[in-house]
Amino acid sequence: MIDTIIGHYNYWVVILLMMAGFYTVINRGNLIKKIAGLNIFQTSVFLLYISIGYVNEGTTPIIAEGFTRYANPLPHVLILTAIVVGVSTTALGLALVVRIKRAYGTIEEDEIHDKDMSL
Amino acid sequence: MIEQNLCLLLVVIPLIAAPVTAMLPAGRTPWFFTLTITWLCFVLSIWQLTIVLDGSTISYELGGWAPPWGIEYHIDALNAFVTLIVSGIAAITLPYALRTVENEIQRRDTSLFYAVFLLCFVGLLGIAQTGDVFNLFVFLEISSLSSYVLIGMGQRRRALTAAYQYLIMGSIGATFLLIGIGLIYAETGTLNMQDLHQRLQPILDHRTVHTGFIFLVVGIALKLALFPLHLWLPNAYKYAPSAISVFLSATATKVAVYVMLRIVFTVFSIDFLKITSTEFIFLMLGAFGVLVASTGAIFHYDIKRILAYSSIAQVSYMVLGMGFASTLGVTATVVHMFNHALMKGALFMAAGAIVLRIGSSKFENIYGIGRQMPWTFAAIFIAGLSLIGIPGTAGFISKWYFMLAALEQQAWLIALVILFGSLLSVVYMWKIFEALFFHRPTNTSPPVSEAPLSLLLPMWTLVLANIYFGINTDLTVSVAETAVRLLGITAYHE
Amino acid sequence: MKHNLVLRFITKYLFPVIALFALYVQFHGDYGPGGGFQAGVILSVAFILYAMVFGMESMEKVLPLGLLRTLASTGVLIYAATGVTTLLMGGNFLDYDILSQLPIQGQHIGIMIIELGVGITVSAVMLIIFYAFTDRRNYD
Repeated sequence: MIDTIIGHYNYWVVILLMMAGFYTVINRGNLIKKIAGLNIFQTSVFLLYISIGYVNEGTTPIIAEGFTRYANPLPHVLILTAIVVGVSTTALGLALVVRIKRAYGTIEEDEIHDKDMSL
Repeated sequence: MIEQNLCLLLVVIPLIAAPVTAMLPAGRTPWFFTLTITWLCFVLSIWQLTIVLDGSTISYELGGWAPPWGIEYHIDALNAFVTLIVSGIAAITLPYALRTVENEIQRRDTSLFYAVFLLCFVGLLGIAQTGDVFNLFVFLEISSLSSYVLIGMGQRRRALTAAYQYLIMGSIGATFLLIGIGLIYAETGTLNMQDLHQRLQPILDHRTVHTGFIFLVVGIALKLALFPLHLWLPNAYKYAPSAISVFLSATATKVAVYVMLRIVFTVFSIDFLKITSTEFIFLMLGAFGVLVASTGAIFHYDIKRILAYSSIAQVSYMVLGMGFASTLGVTATVVHMFNHALMKGALFMAAGAIVLRIGSSKFENIYGIGRQMPWTFAAIFIAGLSLIGIPGTAGFISKWYFMLAALEQQAWLIALVILFGSLLSVVYMWKIFEALFFHRPTNTSPPVSEAPLSLLLPMWTLVLANIYFGINTDLTVSVAETAVRLLGITAYHE
Repeated sequence: MKHNLVLRFITKYLFPVIALFALYVQFHGDYGPGGGFQAGVILSVAFILYAMVFGMESMEKVLPLGLLRTLASTGVLIYAATGVTTLLMGGNFLDYDILSQLPIQGQHIGIMIIELGVGITVSAVMLIIFYAFTDRRNYD
């Protein structure tokens, strides 16, 4: 029982990060904090991929003499792409926040909501 | 040589065109270039459809890596049909875009605007063409990221908050999709759709597979604005530039429905659907979506917003069709994907024409405008009849198939929902007709002229297509039936 | 930070080292860990460091925004052009085998050009993002 829990520690880290990020996205009213939460949420998924690609006592997947076990490179490559997607999403989100700040003068969700209603 | 690389060229041509457009000088040049590219893709997609119409498939190996190791483009009738919808709508939106974009987008931004538009186009085409689930995720993000940009380019400042909200929801959806793909990859070790199907069949009862499936379905449901995850959509479509409202409403959700069909039926299987009784969930969410979104549309006083709510309702019909899990039901879904693109494209074009002349789509500003813009109003009227499902229009065909599918399974309650949904659409479309035509014009509004020809021509092309495909159903229904057969769906029997 | 001598001194000597490392990561990517994405980010970091210490004005003299936009597009075009070249030579899209008589050599050439395109685009885009967030003179 204990072994199962400790043996899967990577999943616990992933779940913890995922929930923390997801909670931040949903609960926070500050637009920047939402994006930070989204980042943590995405990073947890990157960790999930990378950790399932790891092989016990495996080396980096580069062919060299004396090494026969190596980690599965495919999840890492996939995540490289996903990281780029994440960076673009963050950059775009922050750019939108800058524009919102300029248009509304605030980045708090409830204040923006009030300003829209008053129009 | 072109023929053997056809399915690839459809993605690569706009992909090359996008950075080129970004480097062109602002003005009409980028528009003309984009127009050429979209029409070229439209022609290629028709060609592609004629090849796979007989039920054959095309397989293309990127980089010469054989599947399941490399990325494979696997084209059957369904892919080709969705590609045709996307490129067709893009080709018809571009002539329309010229005037509305000049009106709504600053001149110095035009080349970037069209470059982003092409990127969105690439993303949607790529989703429709690819046979690899991770590649699908990447294309989904290309199209989503560029659509956030396009929506954020709307005139009002609320376009920014709408785009932001869509970005947050869309990214959560995409990340869910990524988790789902990861779990299924961990279980099978492959990403190729056909290969996934083979390897998943013996392990359909594994818990990891179920969890992965749930993540995938929720992620896609966010993208296709399925009730109750639809809240981002109305603002996004309302505040986007007119041409983008037209393009996204007619293609983005349809492509998401396609992804749902692919994942559920090709990657998993209809048996899996029945084991997990996901069909029941689809039926329930679809039925609630139709009722809630149609009712929601009634309580709004803004054409674009009403149309956006109506889009959610129509997408719910498509999910309802998937819930029947029978040949008739899914045929109805595929046919409705096409027909809805026609009618919603025409309606949003008309709404955009009104925005061009009046500067607003709120009822209080546009009372009685239909008399001054008779052609625009007539387009709204006919496309509206199609949306309601009056015989003789394209909308009737899809409603008819939905009804047949419901009656076949003796799902009386669902049949009632479909009827009632149509009734609700009569109410909200009537509200638009009344405001535009029968309501007394307010004195404050200055007289306006009819929309320019460059808007009317694309609008009426779509309106006439609505009538044509309401009378001649050979193309849509035969393509849909071939597609459904290839998805492995069988006719319903007790 | 215009008067901070230590920072200015270190930056001046760190810049070529970072840039050189970026090139190493870029061109050694087919044998070791690395490639266009990483190299592009490292190279852009060198420029960002420079801009932070010496100011945006001196950076804009070297890399105006218009040039960066062109570079970003060019990178994508290099990538696509490689694919189209393999198509025209009778292979599949991005099928590097066909680029040379020896398939392995073809793979080397292909991945080199592709990663070069990726590197150019990534570093240009990172710098465009940096410009977009720092250069607020037009707005504030």
